[in-house]
Amino acid sequence: MHAAQDTQTRLRIRDAEPADLDAIVEIDRQVSGSEKHLYWQDTLSLYGDDDGGRFFLVAENDGRVAGFIMGEIRAWEFGSPACGWVFAIGVARNSLLEGIGSKLLDTLCARFRQAGVTKVRTMIARQDHEVLSFFRSCGMMAGPFQQLEMDVGTGPATDQPDGGTVR
Amino acid sequence: MNLQRATRLALYAVLELADQPDRQLSRAEIAEKFGVSGNHLSKVMRELGKAGLVEAVRGVGGGYWFSGNARRTTLMDIIEIFEPSLFDDAGQREPGKDTDIGRTVNLVLDEINEMMQSTLNSISITTMLQIKGRSRTEPS
Repeated sequence: MHAAQDTQTRLRIRDAEPADLDAIVEIDRQVSGSEKHLYWQDTLSLYGDDDGGRFFLVAENDGRVAGFIMGEIRAWEFGSPACGWVFAIGVARNSLLEGIGSKLLDTLCARFRQAGVTKVRTMIARQDHEVLSFFRSCGMMAGPFQQLEMDVGTGPATDQPDGGTVR
Repeated sequence: MNLQRATRLALYAVLELADQPDRQLSRAEIAEKFGVSGNHLSKVMRELGKAGLVEAVRGVGGGYWFSGNARRTTLMDIIEIFEPSLFDDAGQREPGKDTDIGRTVNLVLDEINEMMQSTLNSISITTMLQIKGRSRTEPS
């Protein structure tokens, strides 16, 4: 068990445990507006320990879960050497502006460093200025990749080697 | 991205003042640092004053100080004071805009605009000063 504690605020960052599930679901509901119990149950069981470079941490404030962060080390995706990815971060509405998000990110970055990676990345919706501002304030800048997408249901017709055409 | 001179100067001046919150800076000091005329700077500072981002103390020993909220003020907030229509071309009627080619070109230009707006909206004055602090300590 790894844990980091800020004695001034009684804020403690530790690995997430199965008993944290309800608190994580509730924080995510506050942030995203939807309740995803099954998703977080699966994610917690997959990321609940840091074997294989996966990390799921929670911030405990006065014994109450007030935030969480999830990340993973991935290598050679998109041609990139190993780097840490932050997939999710959430802080309870009534605990915002207390430095909990920064402390979670700092701790996750320390875990990434311990695991030998020196770069951390994340992906945020362009319109989510609140979360973008948070990561910017922590020192993140635009990276060398650009995210692209398309609707596979309405893409252009593609010629097949046998002369057929699919849509 | 091509900002007007006044917009760029406004960004410089706000950052310079916010970086020294305990100090009043004279018009001459700011103008000299960024190589602009005092008159040009005065016009920019007047607009920033109207927006509540700077306050001026008149008289001998007078100057400007940053009066905004550095954590809440973004680069976009400052740019919009001087170029309110920078990203707003929806209402503009330009020849060829409604053709299939025009719409295709605009699709890509809108994508670029969206990315720029997102960046400018998510970087506060405080964050800019943190970036400045980091770049000062990093080896070049």
